[in-house]
Amino acid sequence: MAFNMVKYVACAALRGVVLLFFISVVVFALVNISPIDPVSAYLGAHDGGVSPEQRQEVIEYWGLDKPILERYGIWLSSVVFRGDWGMSSIYRQPVIKVVGELFKASLTLMGISWLLSGILSFALGVIAAVKKGTWIDKVIKAVCIALASTPSFWVGMVLILVFAVWLGVLPSGLSAPATKLAADVTLWDRARHLILPVIALSVNGMGYIVLHTREKLIKSFESDYSLFAKARGEKKWSIIRRHNIRNVLLPAITLQFASISELFGGSAFVETVFSYPGLAQAAVNAGLRSDIQLLAAIAIFATIFIYAGNIIADILYVIVDPQIREGYHA
Amino acid sequence: MHSSVSVKFEKNPDSKNFDMGIKSKLSNLMNRRLMLFCITVTALLILIAVALAGILMPESAYATNFSQKNLAPSFAHPFGTDWTGRDMLARTIKGLSVSLQVGTFSTMVSCCLAVFLGIGAATMGRAADTIFSWLVDIILGVPHAVLLILISFAVGKGVQGVFLGVAITHWPKVARIIRAEVLQLRSRQYIRASAKLGRSKWEVAKIHIVPQIIPQFIIASILLFPHAILHEASITFLGYGLPPEMPSVGIILAESMRYLTTGMWWLTVMPGVSLIFIVLLFEAIGENIRTLTDPYRAHE
Repeated sequence: MAFNMVKYVACAALRGVVLLFFISVVVFALVNISPIDPVSAYLGAHDGGVSPEQRQEVIEYWGLDKPILERYGIWLSSVVFRGDWGMSSIYRQPVIKVVGELFKASLTLMGISWLLSGILSFALGVIAAVKKGTWIDKVIKAVCIALASTPSFWVGMVLILVFAVWLGVLPSGLSAPATKLAADVTLWDRARHLILPVIALSVNGMGYIVLHTREKLIKSFESDYSLFAKARGEKKWSIIRRHNIRNVLLPAITLQFASISELFGGSAFVETVFSYPGLAQAAVNAGLRSDIQLLAAIAIFATIFIYAGNIIADILYVIVDPQIREGYHA
Repeated sequence: MHSSVSVKFEKNPDSKNFDMGIKSKLSNLMNRRLMLFCITVTALLILIAVALAGILMPESAYATNFSQKNLAPSFAHPFGTDWTGRDMLARTIKGLSVSLQVGTFSTMVSCCLAVFLGIGAATMGRAADTIFSWLVDIILGVPHAVLLILISFAVGKGVQGVFLGVAITHWPKVARIIRAEVLQLRSRQYIRASAKLGRSKWEVAKIHIVPQIIPQFIIASILLFPHAILHEASITFLGYGLPPEMPSVGIILAESMRYLTTGMWWLTVMPGVSLIFIVLLFEAIGENIRTLTDPYRAHE
């Protein structure tokens, strides 16, 4: 094999580690230069009734009296060598445990939305391109342009309005019924609560990918190889299936993996609107209530998650595209 | 010779399709470029009108009035009123105006950053280019929403958080375009010839490079605008951005969240649709200017 996969992955991983280091510096600096006093934020409503000695205790407990570089060193070494990300001041639990639990909830939501939006937007892009110039194409295009300009939280609010308030068929928020005990929650309950958030999140990134697929496919229709296939007497759908779609699928896959970053951002809004207990909503709360440890951890986990997505896209590229596999790219 | 001229006259587009409707009648009056130009100017005028209306609006226009609360949209209140009787149309216009101002400022800062960093990366050697690409990677590596939250948190939330957050996170796209453009231009024959003929670096940049980049830069900046406005609304919605006493669209929508289940749909739908409308106006302006400045596409 002309293309050395092992070397490629090793390089990507090394680059990822360096990038992660820089990002950890930036994240740590950002959460620590904040003028918002973390001690007051931690004490919250109790702030008035706390003696200076107790206050000092909190400061020492969090290590806030040390210079920032030293604090970064302590934080980094405890994260890297002991896997200890500190305590979350909102959840009163180790950060790593909180992140783990929330990540599971978010992953369900993001995973389903990601698959759904990927398949749906590719299909819509193909339909629009094949029916170019007809009303179907025009409707798809108009909807997609509008969607690309619509904030995801607003889509969520309108969905709640229609399906939860007016029609009353679906729940308006949370990941399970609030009146039921955790043990009694059925899979059906969970699925029902996922429907609206999944739609809101899928719709968020779709517009751009549909338009991109449509554009690329139309270009591919006009190519010489399409003309040649037509001249050989191939049927229209056979050409689309065997020539056009194969050429368009690749950039679509890359785009879909690159959209993970947008997906994570979108989930912050969707989770907030639907009060869905997930990672991105926790990041929002951590920032609002000055939970420095949790905020830093979520930012870094999200970065790893997104970088992994990009590497997977690159590897898929190699697997799917015979030109790269056999080293034509060099 | 004479006959070919008469053929040309018969090729007049409307001789073929008599019944194409208003669109073709309009296109008889003016060509595509003129039409795009008119649409762009109209869109621009609407935006300026909204911004000015918000700035000049007296506070009494959206003051509380408890005798008029919770009204559905009607002739007197086209967007309805909220739970304290504030007119939603006035609040929405005020909010959009605030968004436009925040958007203008942070887009300008972002574009200046993009120009300096983009040109710097392309002209100041390998080291500068490496630093540039690392900066871009760091900013694009963190999910956008999370980075906005982090920056807003770092400067203590509030207005400055939105300004800085939106300004710092939006330059990479434009900067990349500028960098690529400058790199491509630098290797062109006529630029090299100009340098060999004794023009100084500064003169080459001024005469040959800057005029080439300006259209690209303007279009990229205009297309940055809607993103800036949407992100401003989004981050404000989450509770980071503008303070509650500034009636921005994000605040209006965040407040309407609490009244969603009471069935007061107009609090959510009207401001949201207006926001999308403003964003689409910017997209239209950007796309039209792109088409107008590109000679291949302008005459399609």
